[in-house]
Amino acid sequence: MASLITTSAFDTGLPVTHGALTLAAAPVTRITSVAPFNGKEKAVSAALKSAHGLAFPAPNRVLEKGAARIAFAGRGTAFLIDADPAALDGIAALTDQSDGWAILRLTGAGAEDALARLVPIDLRPVAFPAGTAARTALGHMMTLILRVENGFDILVMRSMAHTATHEIVTAMAALSARAAHV
Amino acid sequence: MRITCPLCGPRDRREFYYYGAEDYLNRPTEGAAPEAWDDYLHLRDNPAGMTRDLWYHEQGCAAWLRVTRNTVTHEISETELVSALKPGDLKKGART
Repeated sequence: MASLITTSAFDTGLPVTHGALTLAAAPVTRITSVAPFNGKEKAVSAALKSAHGLAFPAPNRVLEKGAARIAFAGRGTAFLIDADPAALDGIAALTDQSDGWAILRLTGAGAEDALARLVPIDLRPVAFPAGTAARTALGHMMTLILRVENGFDILVMRSMAHTATHEIVTAMAALSARAAHV
Repeated sequence: MRITCPLCGPRDRREFYYYGAEDYLNRPTEGAAPEAWDDYLHLRDNPAGMTRDLWYHEQGCAAWLRVTRNTVTHEISETELVSALKPGDLKKGART
């Protein structure tokens, strides 16, 4: 049987650190898009509860239990992250998206200041606390941003991995340079 | 300009794509007269005041919205999910 080689979407340069901020590839291995069939929303929530201790998330929410997460990803859609979706077979449309997205993790004090240059929503802890997620824009790219401890997980389409990295590193470097010259 | 998505909350206009008048929700039935199709495809009101049109939350939750807004004051008075509209919510006098 052929042995397939898994390659990262980020082949160069990560992690990058500027000042207090570090941008790295997030340790995520599996993403499944979950779209409950009509009238099956409660059944999906119940199956997620018994299988993973999760539920179907409300808009702008991400739920976490151990390594497993599930985030609102659009109308009637959630992304199940690092968990087996087998329990949802037959009650939701399940699509493996693991290779479709590249996930960056930006951490450090002031991470929201770097993203404020690119993202048109308020990501400060007061407006975007633990348990919050948002489908929004990163520059001209579509993105899903999840709050994690001390920062954010930033999902972009895999084809945008280098552009997203470049945009965020540019913002980090500019903030760091400004801080150094005050 | 901000639009309040019924799912995501208030979001910047750049997340949305403008489609056109809500007339697109009132598709003529099969066998309708050519005049009804002409009206549906080509004829649009151009009001100074309240108007309703369709927007797509392209860089957000991917929902279609019906937005009620005022072309004079730029006030947005209502946003609704197209998927949640009932037949009775559609424009009065919808073409048949």
